[in-house]
Amino acid sequence: MQTETKATIDHISAPGGQSVTVLRFSGDISSSSKEPVLGAWQNVNGGGPVLLDFCKVDYINSSGIALIIQMLMEADKTGRKVAAFGLTPHFQKVFTMVGIAKYAGLYKDEPTALAAL
Amino acid sequence: MIVTAGTTVEVRLPSRLGFEKVAMGTAASVAALMGFPSERIEDLKTAVAEACINAIEHGNHLNEQLSVGVILSATSDELEVKVIDNGSGIAKQPSKPDIDRKVHGEEDPRGMGMFLMQALVDEAEWVKDSKGKGSYVRLVIRLDKESD
Repeated sequence: MQTETKATIDHISAPGGQSVTVLRFSGDISSSSKEPVLGAWQNVNGGGPVLLDFCKVDYINSSGIALIIQMLMEADKTGRKVAAFGLTPHFQKVFTMVGIAKYAGLYKDEPTALAAL
Repeated sequence: MIVTAGTTVEVRLPSRLGFEKVAMGTAASVAALMGFPSERIEDLKTAVAEACINAIEHGNHLNEQLSVGVILSATSDELEVKVIDNGSGIAKQPSKPDIDRKVHGEEDPRGMGMFLMQALVDEAEWVKDSKGKGSYVRLVIRLDKESD
């Protein structure tokens, strides 16, 4: 019933030459997504910023939001900058409601997010 | 097909995570037939999903012998959704989530469901069955509410 969560890691450069890690998620992000979501975060190396790509995410529930907050907790400990892009307008609203936007900038697409770093 | 006042749709879900998506889809279909704008339908889908997840996890404790009932009732200007489980209901409303406390590890990162339900629909209430046989969440969205 739930669509499996998948996560891949890309390394790209921001317009200023800064190295950026992109975690690209697909499927659902829910209580069954702990291993792919937090596992992907544990594989982020270096100290540069991280972009969270939600372009291919169909469904996020409160358990999934809790996993995203856990990534923000880890980022906060090391002062790592995090931004997200590709959320639908509804989930941009939800992320803003719960306060995630305070800790991760929300952008419509990857170029916009990269430019804001 | 037109949803007229008094139309009722009922769904029974197994107490297994993931089946909240069946209720989401059903609620979205009924709301669309009633003429709700897409933004409100997305709000309803998330609220219904969270209500079902709570019923599955906390009301029925993931016991697949128990089902979660979802009853959608349309009137001329609103859609009511009741999500029914076998639990005893909530003792008290949780406080509003605090993102700063969550990010700093001072508050459980979970616990957003009830807040989202209240924030996304026009009415959300938690009701214990008067005969002590379960409880339900009642969610209402109204057609006259302007989209965000």
